[in-house]
Formats: sequence, C-alpha cells, structure tokens
Amino acid sequence: MESNIITINENKLTFESGETILTVAQRNNIHISTLCHLKNTLPTHTCKICLVEVKGETDLVESCAAKARRDMIIFTESPKVITARRKQISKLLALGNHNCAIREVDPMDWTSFQLDVLTRDGNEDLCPAWGNCELQNLAYLYQVKTRALPLTGCKYETERANPFIIRDFSRCILCGRCIKACREIQVNNAIEFGYSGEDLKVIAKADAPLKDSDCVFCGECLQVCPVGALVPEKAFRDDRFKDTRKIRTTCPFCGVGCQMDLFVQDNKIVKIDGADMDLPPNHASLCVKGRFGYDFIASADRLTRPLIKKNGEQVAVSWDEALDFVAEKLSAIKKEFGPDSIGVLTSARITNEDNYIAQKFTRAVLKTNNIDHCARL
Amino acid sequence: MTNTIADIETSDVILVTGSNTTENHPVLSSFVKRATLNGKKLFVIDPRKVKLTDHADKWLRPAPGTDIAWINGLMHVIIKEALHNKVFIENRTENFEVLKKTVERYTPEYVETITGIKAEDLIQVAREFASAPVAAILYCMGITQHTCGTDNVKSLANLSMLCGHIGKPGGGVNPLRGQNNVQGACDMGGLPNVFTAYQPVGNDDVRNRLEKAWNTSGMSATPGLPVTEMVQNAYDGKMKSLFVIGENPLVSDPDLNHARKAFANLAFLVVQDIFQTETTKIADVVLPATCFAEKEGTFTNTERRVQRVRKAVEAPGEARQDWEILCNIATRMGYEMSYPNSHDIFKEITSVTPSYKGITWDRIDGMGIHWPCPNEIHNGTPILHTTQFTRGKGMFHAIDHTPPAEQPTRDYPYILTTGRVLYHYHTGTMTMRTDGLNRLSPECFVEISSGDAQRLGLDTGSMVAVSSRRGKIHAKLKVSSKAMDGTIFIPFHFAKAAANELTNAKLDPTAKIPEFKVCAIKIEPVTA
Repeated sequence: MESNIITINENKLTFESGETILTVAQRNNIHISTLCHLKNTLPTHTCKICLVEVKGETDLVESCAAKARRDMIIFTESPKVITARRKQISKLLALGNHNCAIREVDPMDWTSFQLDVLTRDGNEDLCPAWGNCELQNLAYLYQVKTRALPLTGCKYETERANPFIIRDFSRCILCGRCIKACREIQVNNAIEFGYSGEDLKVIAKADAPLKDSDCVFCGECLQVCPVGALVPEKAFRDDRFKDTRKIRTTCPFCGVGCQMDLFVQDNKIVKIDGADMDLPPNHASLCVKGRFGYDFIASADRLTRPLIKKNGEQVAVSWDEALDFVAEKLSAIKKEFGPDSIGVLTSARITNEDNYIAQKFTRAVLKTNNIDHCARL
Repeated sequence: MTNTIADIETSDVILVTGSNTTENHPVLSSFVKRATLNGKKLFVIDPRKVKLTDHADKWLRPAPGTDIAWINGLMHVIIKEALHNKVFIENRTENFEVLKKTVERYTPEYVETITGIKAEDLIQVAREFASAPVAAILYCMGITQHTCGTDNVKSLANLSMLCGHIGKPGGGVNPLRGQNNVQGACDMGGLPNVFTAYQPVGNDDVRNRLEKAWNTSGMSATPGLPVTEMVQNAYDGKMKSLFVIGENPLVSDPDLNHARKAFANLAFLVVQDIFQTETTKIADVVLPATCFAEKEGTFTNTERRVQRVRKAVEAPGEARQDWEILCNIATRMGYEMSYPNSHDIFKEITSVTPSYKGITWDRIDGMGIHWPCPNEIHNGTPILHTTQFTRGKGMFHAIDHTPPAEQPTRDYPYILTTGRVLYHYHTGTMTMRTDGLNRLSPECFVEISSGDAQRLGLDTGSMVAVSSRRGKIHAKLKVSSKAMDGTIFIPFHFAKAAANELTNAKLDPTAKIPEFKVCAIKIEPVTA
C-alpha cells in the first residue's frame, strides 16, 4: 500500500489523513510563519501569512487550512512565497499604528536601532508589545520596511474603561485570534467581528466596553493577541526591558491546578501567562483569578513578624519568643487536659509537603488525631 | 475525579449537577462547553440557572435538597425501560436487586411532586444518559453540602454504575474540588481518621509502620474530630486549643455566631497565615507564613494529578515556610523534626504513601502524574476503577429521599443557598487585594427571582435585612434570572455581610459536612 507522504522543502514526511500542511510541518520542526493561526481552533483565513507554494498549483495555498494530500510537493520559503508574505506584511503594517520598528531600520544594524528606539521613543508612544510582537518579528524577518507606507488614522478610540485589559484598536490587525480564543477555546462568546469593510472591528455585545459585555476577563484574548492591540492594564510596558525571570508553577485558586508562568522582576510578579498549549490540565488557558489575582502576594498587608497577644493586644515578637511560647503552651495543655484537647486545622491552600508535616506534627508530637481542614467548607 | 479533565471532551453525554462550573472552575468549564460545540450532549441539573445552562441541551431545575429523589427517578426510568447495563451490573457490582426495589416507587410523577422537575424531562434525560456509549457525571458542593451529602454522592455513583459509565474514558463520577490543594490535603492525611493515602489510624499494622518510620510511639488509634465537631467541642469547653493553618473559619464556618463563641472559649488559639483575617485577629499567637509563590513543593489537583509548585519570589519580612514553623515547634516540644528543604519532605511522603510511591520531583518536572502511581516505572492512573473497584465489586446503595434539616416556614419563608462568584475566592483574603476583581465584584448581594422581588415590592439595589434563626446580615438585593422563586443565593466571600451568619451548622452524619446549601430565611426591607 502506498503510504501518505508529502514533501516539504525536500523532506519526505508522512501524514495522517485530515492533517493540514502546517500541522505536518510543525510536527517535523519545519517552521512556517503564521499570524492568525491559533492551535486547536478552526482556520480564520485573515492574515495570509502561512501561504506556501505547492508544485503544480498556480495559486499559493494557506498551510493552516489546506489538508496534506498524497505526493504533494511543498515549498515554504520559495521566492514566490516570500514575495507574497512581504506584500501581506506591508498590508498589515499599513492597517494601523505600527510605528514600531521597522521604519527606517537598517538591517545591518539592528542593535543600534533598538538602542535608538529606547532613547528616542517616549514610553507612551512606544508600542506596549514592542519586542514581543509577532508582526514586528515578521517584518524584521522578511525585511519589510514601512517608511513608505502611509499612516492611517484609527477611527476607534482606545478603550481604557476595563479592569485588566486595554483595547487599542489602532494597533489591531483584525486577525481574529482573540475571537477564536474567546469562542472556540474558552467558549465565553463575548467578542466577535462587528461592522464591515473599512469599519471592521472586534466588538463585544453591540460594541460595548468589555466590562459591560459578557466578557469574564479570563484574558485568553490578551494572551493570544499577536500585536499590541490587547495589553494588560498594568504597567508592565514601562519595565519591559528589565531583567525578567519566568517561573512555571501551579495556580493557587480552585482545584483544576492550571499550570502557569509567573514573570518576575525585582522580586515582584509583573505578569502571569498560561503555560504551554500542549501541557495539561489547562493547555495554556487561565481564568480571571489565576491570571490577574496576584496582587496579594506583594501586598503591604502581608504578615511579616510573629505576633503574641499581650494585655489584650497583639505585639510583634521574635521567632524564638513566639515558638517557645507556642511550644510551652501546647505542652502544658496537652499535659493538663490530654492530647485530644488540642486540634489542628491544616489547609487546602498549602502544599502536600506542608500538609504532611502538619499531620505528622499532630499525630507524632501532639499524639492526637484531631486534624482536619476546610475541604467541606 | 475518577477520570481526567481532558476526558470530559470525549464523553457523549455530560451531566453536571450542583456545580456553578463557569464561575468556580472556569477553565474546566471550557472543556464542558467545547464538548457541546462538538455535538456532545450536556444536561445541567441545578436549582439556579447558572451560566452553564446556556450551553446545555436541557436544564432541569430541582427544588434545593431534593437530589436523591431525581437521581432515583432517573434510575427508575432506566430500569423500567431496561436501559441499564446488565453486563456491567452482573460482572462488576452487587446489591442491584435492593436498589431496584428502592427506586421502584420513584416514578417520574412522584419525583415531580418532590423536586418540581417535569416527568417528561426526567424521562428524556434518563433515556439519553443511559443509552449514551459513555456519559460523565460532574458534581460539586451543590451535591455535598447537605445533611444527606454522602447519600447524594452514593446516589450519583449508583446512577453511573447502573449504566456502566464508570471505569472508562469519558465517563466516571467526578467531584470538582474547590480549592487548589483539597485533594492533596486529604491525600496527605489532613483528616481525622486516616494517615496519608487514606490508611486508617485504627489499623494497627499501619500505625506501627508509621510509628517506626517516624521514630515515635504511643500514637492514638482513635479517629479524631472533624473541624465541625472540634468547633462544637470548643463551644462545650472540651477543646482547649486550636492550631489553625491558612484558614479563616470565622467567615467560612457555618453559623458564625456559634463559631465565634466557640473560638472565644478556647484557652489558646494559634493561627498561621499570610494576612490578618477575622480569625487571626482573635488569636493568642499569629505566625507569618509564606504563600504559594514563595514555596517549593507540590499541589494535587482535582484529577489527582500531582504537580510542582515553584518559588518565584522571596517571602516578605520574617515569614517562614509552613512546614518549617511546625518543625520548629515540634523540636521545641521534644520531638526533633528538621528537613533541609521541602524536597526531602516529599521523599519521606513517598516512602510512607503507597499511592504516591512512584512519584518523584524529577518525574513531574515537566508534567504532573495522576496517583495511584505505585512505582517509578508506573505512568500513573488517569482513570480509576477500570477493572475493579477499591472494595472489589461496586456496591449499590439503596437510598431514600430525606428532606433538608430546615424547611421554610411562615416566619422564614425562603430557602437560602450559598456559594462563590467568579471574581472572588473563599473568604476573599487573596482576591480582595486586587482592585480589578473588586471592581468586578465589589460587595455582597442577595440574589432573588423577579417574582419574589415583585412580591416584596423591592428591586435591584434595595438594601435588605436577611435573617435566619441564627443571625442577620444587611446587603443589597440583586434581581437575577439565575434565581428560582422561593430560593435566595448569597455568596459567602464577604466578611462584612457574611452569609455564614445565617447558615445552618447541621451536619451530614458521615462526612460531617454542614448544610450550606439549604436553610430557612426571611427578607425585610431596610429603610435608610
């Protein structure tokens, strides 16, 4: 039996029927540039960046939508493909306020250009997605210069009325990724394309601010926006050039156990993203609490010193004093009233390691089984 | 959960009950919603018209506290129409005849008189649930927080076994755990009757083994008290001291008036937490602990997946690790307890916990593993009960409907049910420090149906006094299509108008869970 084989850039690759050219390429670590494509959603057909050339076909095809067919011969970076992509990138750059990078850039001197931008651009003008923008990356990759492109004004005002999310329509390239994330991944159905033609816009509920719509602020749209159209309300933008560490951990809220990445600058969490799209249980999704509810960590109200109640008032003491006092009191109560006169409420918030020690302490030291936690509440 | 979260999308029929999934488990709810996009059937059975009902093929609305009746009703129809899985029942279960006899009188018409669910709707759901190749049940506190909570859960297990929907992909009986590490706290023996991995404290072999591992002797063989009874014992003066870790019972406990008196009665209260709370404020000693972002360790999620927690930032001030504080105290009490780090604690856990034995931090570095995982070459167990149940054969329990402990009366004509909202978590000590979340959900509210509001002559925004036999709170009314006539919902997050001033501390006799989901209240307007 003939097997299902296609050739991409002279590599013979097998495919399963129904797979797209893009899926086969990605599985084999062959890079095809994409923009509107969002994994696990249906093709949007808006950006035309993932076009590839198929031998024997006159028109280029969208690799994110076209299914692999037996004996296809595909070129992902042919001159024809590159010309088409450059044209498309130019078109997208011209669509809005993309004064970022590529204007006046000398390809030979990228570093000095970056430094120049840093000194020249006021923070307000500098796109908040600068350095983290997929369109900017594409423009650089394909050396598309926008100097000659006219700047089009944006008829839609930036929406700053919401908690957590700023919507800057002047930078929106109408790729529709946010809509895919909202309708096909989170299935919150809060946003869609509204109006048409030149007025096309991503709208929420009859074109209302997100806060007055069905939006539940999961922020999936923010996470998938390839440009600077959806940006966090928080001033991450001002500090984007600082040293940032990324730490993978587990969300502290409900029991789903979403995997997430904490972005840390100067011992402070500045942003949280869902982890990999391939990683269970959440496949990069988060909810509003997990993504945005982290202010408590750096809160000035955190307890920082042990307190002992003296004459009816809690006063700060040293750890030694507090620990001695607790050990002494518990020992005395245990001796006078027996171990079962003491109870420990451990917690569904703390780690397995903490919980294990709490029950070991209760059973091996206090010698009672009076241990429980808030599972029922 | 008997199955995994990802499994939900592979079910043919999903039955969600007693779970406001989109608000309490938002990311998990996406799996349910995506399944419906792919043509899978969704049935929601809940007294509130929760958001998930928008995605459901059918929503059945039972009166609060009537779950056993509708579950028995479904089983009645399934058996009557011979849609039950005879092979599964024969090979994997016992006691079927007794169940059959019990559900015989739960005809759809009889069930309608108890629950208010239309007979024809019940029949439709029964048929579709039973004839699906595989169907999953998801449930949450709407099932468990009742005086008959244990029986509710057993009834759901009956239903799943009856159709043979358990022990295979896409099926199962799946409780959704509400806090990040409830599963882990239970697995680790944070319960009065068991050590880690649910090994009973009364079992001499188990206890001897742990005494040896922990180098101690004389551990108690008598199960201890659950939290709800510890509070009662404190009230009665028998419990002298409580050591509370990362909890705020003076907002989250039922019948707060009673709980406050109980706590005030303690000779010595220690609270270890990251913030001042209603509970730390009355403590004799407050110990500053670290939060998840300052810790190395593991959490176990609702699908039994053990996952890593990693330190991202330094703890503030002198705050210490929870385990470290407890070790410090233990050592001062004459039992030397010290670990260089939490990784060493995990290694000790796996040495005494059969279901975690094969899990190492290295193995879960990239992706978590579902327990049971008996050895280091075992890949974990995503689906439970595939070949047999823990006890061997699955036991059908014959259960009859019992009404809630408190019923509406002339003086207290409404039923109160409590829960959470999307934007806050538990008593709000964490979420209420984020401005955006407070903007989206600023204060307590009293959710009421438009019919009830009209009869009271009140509208959204009216300040009302809500009282039960135990307490009284003031909050604003919110007319909502989620509410059914006669039933009021109040979120329990807000200390200033704490729903638990009203709730009933009456317990399920087995699980000792309070009946948060039903108590009788009255509503009166408050004139400014």
